[in-house]
Amino acid sequence: MIETITSFFLQLADDYPRWNFIFFYDSFQWWRLVGGLKMTILLSIACVLLSVVIGVVGAWLQGSPKRWVRLLVQGYIQFFRNTPPFVQLLFFYFALGQITPTITGPDGWTEVPLISNVGWAIISLSFFAGSFNVEIFRAGIEAVPESTREAADSLGFSRFQSYVELVLPLAFRVSLPALNNNLVNLIKTTTQAIGIAVPELLYECVGIWNDYPSALYPTMTVLFVVFIILVGILVAGMHKWEKSMKIPGYGAS
Amino acid sequence: MKRKFIALTTLIALTFGFVGTAIAECTNDVWNKVMDRGKVVIGVKADYKPWGFRDADGSLVGMEIDMAMDVGATLGVEVELVPVQSSNRMQFLEQGKTDMFIATMSDRDDRRKIVGIPQPNYYTSGTNIMSPKALGFKEWEELRGKSVCGKQGAFYNKIVTERYGVNIVAFTGNAEAKQALRDKKCVAWVYDDSSIGSDLASGDFDAFEMPLMSEDDNPWGLAVPLAENNCIFGRFMSGMVFNWHQSGQLIEWEKKWGIKPTAFLADHHEKYKDWLSN
Repeated sequence: MIETITSFFLQLADDYPRWNFIFFYDSFQWWRLVGGLKMTILLSIACVLLSVVIGVVGAWLQGSPKRWVRLLVQGYIQFFRNTPPFVQLLFFYFALGQITPTITGPDGWTEVPLISNVGWAIISLSFFAGSFNVEIFRAGIEAVPESTREAADSLGFSRFQSYVELVLPLAFRVSLPALNNNLVNLIKTTTQAIGIAVPELLYECVGIWNDYPSALYPTMTVLFVVFIILVGILVAGMHKWEKSMKIPGYGAS
Repeated sequence: MKRKFIALTTLIALTFGFVGTAIAECTNDVWNKVMDRGKVVIGVKADYKPWGFRDADGSLVGMEIDMAMDVGATLGVEVELVPVQSSNRMQFLEQGKTDMFIATMSDRDDRRKIVGIPQPNYYTSGTNIMSPKALGFKEWEELRGKSVCGKQGAFYNKIVTERYGVNIVAFTGNAEAKQALRDKKCVAWVYDDSSIGSDLASGDFDAFEMPLMSEDDNPWGLAVPLAENNCIFGRFMSGMVFNWHQSGQLIEWEKKWGIKPTAFLADHHEKYKDWLSN
């Protein structure tokens, strides 16, 4: 089976020099591609989870009775939402990377940072998407009727209890479509981690088509297909979740 | 199986319009376009001192920009410079975003299948590293398993990975890669020896050195569209490079931009010498 596939793509590369699917017959390039795919999936999962947590916590803090907490959240949103994610990546990695603690390597010269470029990519992309998520959840929270919240208050719920048990579950349902959009964007934004040399899918693909110019079109095709599949999985999952959480009579049917 | 295979490949070929690679005749499309609009668009580097870089007021200058300007002057047309990177210079040319490029490209067999590289070559460089004096590297082998900063699009990334098991951390630009080296994120920066030589001479890298023997010396070539390599454009550029060698213009530019004199240029100047001149 595998032999048929490799010989097919070898023949294809021979007949059409611009369609050299090198990674389908050269094992080194194949593992390069797989490694990139793994890193992209890791970045996607980590950033999606972390950014949703940031969104939920941020939206709660936004309703805090303390003025300085609200100002802090507002400052965070303005900073991260209004600057380009690529600039944030470079800033985090090169500027903040210099003042974060490092461990001196065994050669006595290299300094291995506690937070690697992968770490910085996850942090920076999560904070970027998280700032949007805060606003998305705020919209959901504001859609929860005032009377519902007052009812919770009158039943003796604390602010935290009413947020976790009442407001958030209702708000979540309203926020899901907008959240879905933002998370799709987040997955696509992980490719920008190439700027700080994170070996994700785009990084490896650029590497492959630079080493083998004849593999340019095939590699680009694979890039597109992979992202369509990755985003497709996320969207399908989110839709399923949206459906399972539907309350008859609440929100759009 | 065979029929399916033929059907599939034909489909792919038809979809993307690549049926065979034979170049039947010269249409000189790009050449004519350049002549018609009175402007040639040339891709050059913007981050490769002193071949192509930005001076204090932001304009592109360097040895290759001088070459590009001379091309424009000889053609009698205006020159528009487009900054390109190692990883996109060939694609820009293919898409017609540039008419040609002079962008520190090593002349490689697989690249000649994508773009036209008229002969003769105009420069040469080998692969070396810039590393801190403190580490005192002597051999390429000492780099095995270590993280070395590199540049996306350099052909020797693959070679040093395969030959010495180096872990290349490739950045999109030279500036980022060199910053990562200064930040001690890697033990060395692997690049063209000529570029490293001029960085070291600039005085900005006093704690660093170029300690190894250069490897894989590879001539550089400028590029025209593949279809026009054996037509007017390619032939014209061959003539330009030949004349730069013969007149000693390249050696003069080398001197002007403070590049260490290379035997390659001296040899070519000698080889192409006009036999009637003394």
